[in-house]
Amino acid sequence: MVRYRNGLNPIWQLRGEMDRLFGDFLGRANLLPAEGAPQRGEFPPVNVWQRDDAVLVEAELPGVKSEDLEISVTGNELLLKGRRNDFEAENVAFHRRERRAGEFQRVLRLPVEIDAQKVEASLTDGVLLLTLPKAEAAKPKKITVKTQ
Amino acid sequence: MNAESTLNKVEAGAVDEASRSERTRGGTYYQPNVDILEKENELLLLADMPGAKADAIDVRFEEGELTIHAPVTERQSDDAKYLLAEYGVGDFYRTFRVSEQIDAAKIHAEYSDGVLRLHLPKVEAAKPRRITVTAQ
Repeated sequence: MVRYRNGLNPIWQLRGEMDRLFGDFLGRANLLPAEGAPQRGEFPPVNVWQRDDAVLVEAELPGVKSEDLEISVTGNELLLKGRRNDFEAENVAFHRRERRAGEFQRVLRLPVEIDAQKVEASLTDGVLLLTLPKAEAAKPKKITVKTQ
Repeated sequence: MNAESTLNKVEAGAVDEASRSERTRGGTYYQPNVDILEKENELLLLADMPGAKADAIDVRFEEGELTIHAPVTERQSDDAKYLLAEYGVGDFYRTFRVSEQIDAAKIHAEYSDGVLRLHLPKVEAAKPRRITVTAQ
């Protein structure tokens, strides 16, 4: 297993452990990597949270240029694909080599249908932020109760 | 370049992790992943520090100890409803002990796409010299 970064918040680590022990500890059965994909130690690691109107996905992609990144949404599946260029390793000796290079691909199954036409993405200082608006049908509806 | 001396240097480690017990800084921080390469004229350190700001990154080199610190502020509000949380967001901090002779005045760095590139030029004496043997 490759851990991308040391010192993960212990609470989240615990949550991960619980999920592995009991499965779907916090009711997140839908947010699983798509079939066939390995589950732990994937690159890039992501944080996913939601608002009433959208699901937000953030990924740390230091050293990845926007032109080397491919993002697509099909239904409720999000594909993150790209490559991080290797360092030209001629005439050098490595004292440390911890940064991952090469191709990566990750598929996330989101808990709701996404309006693929309105997805927005930004890449700033190596942080990718995706705003994935929920499809109309998936948004919570506020029902007003009329008084008579 | 003398291949044997380079090999010895790698084994001896021109760059070491500074002793953790010397660290007095409190709070939560994350160790950035790094590549450290030795070239003929410099050591080059690449550190993944996504979300940092170039003007806030603090690099210090004192008595052979290199310290990198980048403050990173939380990007989400505390009440964000996480569906998946695979990494934490906070300051990056890491120290190294550099045994190679470095010209501290010429250290320079760039930051782009979340990666810090730190150049540590070797002092003249530490650079390998090619000695030509002439036949008589």
